[in-house]
Amino acid sequence: MSAPMAAARSAVSSPPGSLWDRLEPLLSRVEKPARYIGGEDGAVRPDWSSDAPGGPVSWLFTYPDTYEIGLPNQGLQILAEIVAEHPHGVAERAYAPWVDLEAELRANGVPLFSVDGHRPAGAFDLIGFNLSAELTYTNLVNLIDLAGVPVRAAERRADHPLVCVGGHCTYNPEPVADFVDLVVLGDGEEVVSEITDVVLDWKAAGRPDRRSVLEALARVPGVYVPAAYEVSYDGPRIRAIEPRWPGVPEVVEKRTIADLGEWPYPQSQLVPLTEVVHDRLNVEVFRGCTRGCRFCQAGMITRPVRERPADQVRTMVREGLRRTGYDEVALTSLSTADFSGIAGVIGDLAGRQQDAGDLAGRSGSGAAGDAGDLCGPVSVSLPSLRVDAFGVGIAAELQQGRRSGLTFAPEAGTWRMRQVINKLITDDDLYGAVEAAYSQGWRRVKLYFLTGLPTETDQDTLGIAELARNCVEVGRPHLRSPGVTVSVGGFVPKPFTPFQWFGQNTVAELGRKIGLLRDEFRSVRGAQMKWHDPAATQVEGLLSRGDRRLGPVIESVWRRGGTFQEWSECFDLDLWAGAMAEHGLSMDDYVHRHRTEDEVLPWAHLSAGLHQDFLWQDWRDALAEVGLPDCRWTPCYDCGACTGYGIEHVVASATPPAGGSQGTGQGLAWDRGAVPVQLGVRGGS
Amino acid sequence: MTRVRLRYSKLGKVRFLSHRDVARVLERAVRRAGLPVAYSQGFSPRARLHFGLALSTGFESIAEYLDVDLVDGVGDWDVAELPESLSACLPDGLEVGAATTIPAGTPSLQDAVSWCTWQLDIPGVAPGVLAAAVERLGSADSIPLDLVRKGKQVREDLRPLLGDLVAERTAEGARLVADLGTKPRSVRPAEFYAALDPTGPLPDVADVRVLRRHQWINVDGTRREPVSLGPPSPHAQERAS
Repeated sequence: MSAPMAAARSAVSSPPGSLWDRLEPLLSRVEKPARYIGGEDGAVRPDWSSDAPGGPVSWLFTYPDTYEIGLPNQGLQILAEIVAEHPHGVAERAYAPWVDLEAELRANGVPLFSVDGHRPAGAFDLIGFNLSAELTYTNLVNLIDLAGVPVRAAERRADHPLVCVGGHCTYNPEPVADFVDLVVLGDGEEVVSEITDVVLDWKAAGRPDRRSVLEALARVPGVYVPAAYEVSYDGPRIRAIEPRWPGVPEVVEKRTIADLGEWPYPQSQLVPLTEVVHDRLNVEVFRGCTRGCRFCQAGMITRPVRERPADQVRTMVREGLRRTGYDEVALTSLSTADFSGIAGVIGDLAGRQQDAGDLAGRSGSGAAGDAGDLCGPVSVSLPSLRVDAFGVGIAAELQQGRRSGLTFAPEAGTWRMRQVINKLITDDDLYGAVEAAYSQGWRRVKLYFLTGLPTETDQDTLGIAELARNCVEVGRPHLRSPGVTVSVGGFVPKPFTPFQWFGQNTVAELGRKIGLLRDEFRSVRGAQMKWHDPAATQVEGLLSRGDRRLGPVIESVWRRGGTFQEWSECFDLDLWAGAMAEHGLSMDDYVHRHRTEDEVLPWAHLSAGLHQDFLWQDWRDALAEVGLPDCRWTPCYDCGACTGYGIEHVVASATPPAGGSQGTGQGLAWDRGAVPVQLGVRGGS
Repeated sequence: MTRVRLRYSKLGKVRFLSHRDVARVLERAVRRAGLPVAYSQGFSPRARLHFGLALSTGFESIAEYLDVDLVDGVGDWDVAELPESLSACLPDGLEVGAATTIPAGTPSLQDAVSWCTWQLDIPGVAPGVLAAAVERLGSADSIPLDLVRKGKQVREDLRPLLGDLVAERTAEGARLVADLGTKPRSVRPAEFYAALDPTGPLPDVADVRVLRRHQWINVDGTRREPVSLGPPSPHAQERAS
């Protein structure tokens, strides 16, 4: 990598100028230049005016991967809107330039830029990164460097931006502790304004030394300043993690917003001018999940469950579709069929689709116009479909277009294994869901599984093939050649889950299990198997539970050109293995070793609100193959998420949703193939 | 059903959008403007938008065209107001300048357009060098062009597809204005640029700023634009900046 670029900082209160004239000639030479021009519909023109003595507080919200992956990130869009509403806040956005543009930028001395105003990243007060995937950590370092900022926080001066990270990976930010100034734990809706206020005061005071603002920030609940804590070691183990600065909390608690209804954001979702992933309207229907799947970090760290009022969901869908012109809306959450207002919202949407369908029939060729409030045919998607016929029924009601494939995540191949991971769906739940799908016109089902789970035997692994075989059989009465695609990923234990103590399977062991399955799948006609690279799984595991000693490893990999490690064409295990050896660290010790109850874990000074003894008990229950029903509809297990914050689950219905046995702990009677909801109208005919 | 023909421009930053990108942006704009656009039949109904010749990523234009089918008797729209209502739903740099209804049976844009007028701004080139190249091309009986088609090397003659050609001096270099044919296939401005074969150095084609000025159709032996533009909108350049 080239030497850090010197980015001249403009005077405190005048907005930094645009780099567009220097950037434009470079864009004719790179792939997909549209991802660098900004101009999305819904983007607010940044307002840099402010009567604050030190000028406005400027945030550059940055996703450390390409525009196509990063633009749809709802978290960054929410935060940018909230900052823009702050009387002294201004927000712009940036994404990782692809390698071709990065080479042009470095060759021409142009720094990382915002896509809104094409302003230099180094001129912002804060650069706020979303960390959703461990393999983007080298991109984080690369973008800090490309901004012209020293990559190590300790080497930054008062006039450099503050580097801030948030998102799910920050529940163990220790591997990136060297590179960041502050970390935000939990929901960002409230804390982003509190950080803005602290920085505003600091700027008004003439931007004195960096330590003073970091000390003030470390006192904001939910903000963790790594430099304020000292980690001591005892050989390969951590001895203690203790505050080094006065007045900082011993344990940093995550932030939780009590009422999602108070935060109907993003209010103006960005509509990109070029193609991105998840290119549709997204409406978050609830946050948090209490199904209690033990491998699932998202479900553990986002508790308690907070539903958005159904009326607000309807309004956000209706107004969002009208404003954006999108023809697809996704109702997002960790398990949308569990939303207690689902029936009403779906009835509403299906009714509107019916209007559009009627209109199409009348005109003879399909039309938009008067179709209720929608601007034409609209499809609704549920990104997380529950494994039962109820879920399929909902999908049937909503999916108007071609029914090609439907995805389920049974996660493990045997009931025993699913009790261990607390994914309490029976084989019959799955077959019922699959039969419902085939009988209603879907031609292919996709099944997601994990391998390398705690206590997994070869019988459990091979159970995956058995389930796939039976799913094909279930489909035969309905289709001549029912398709089943199985996707197998290697399990990575994550912090603040009951499996945080589990030693991850080695690359060799994961490879062996995948090999077993591949052999077995040869005899399963109609089923196809795909798998993830176990080498990438190993590095994800390394970074997921690593400590601060991995900072130099990440830096070494970056210096040797190891960016975009999320991309299989760029991932390089040798770079990581080499860097571990160079710094005298053991992959086995970090990744494959079981932890003991008394070990000080690298995230011991952080809290997701979950009691340590709850997690440990849940780990013991897992090993004893004991499943725990969903606490929304059963007594509390005292995990700590509600009580610790004085918040209750916000759920409209006191009874479990219809269909399936999963999570309710009840073996609900059910007729295979029957679907408890009515079919919706098919579009366009 | 009524078919409406729109003329739009693509200027400034949005020149970096691909043809597909522009198509999706326009489709959303038609929905957002509340127009009763017709949809195709079948399991995946598509809005009935019919695009003209593609414009390459990076090129600008003041003469792009699009046909849209609207359902009769639904909604309340006036063709005179379409430029304004659609432009309000488009990003800076994309602007609908004119709209007209066209009779049933009008040939499609893809079929009807036979020539395009292109403007190439070439930075830092000596005007004399370019003038000589233009002179040579203009007087040539044939202009051989080597292409790879379906994996095979083929030689085509560019001459029948090259119309009027003018070189002008500009502050930054030179401007070429060339009529290039589209039948039986469209000549790409880059192919034409490569055929210039000047006596002196020319900048890389990536540094040439290309703008489509006109598309031409043949009506009773005279060439016309598919939709003629009224007086230019005073905001067109401003919005594109």
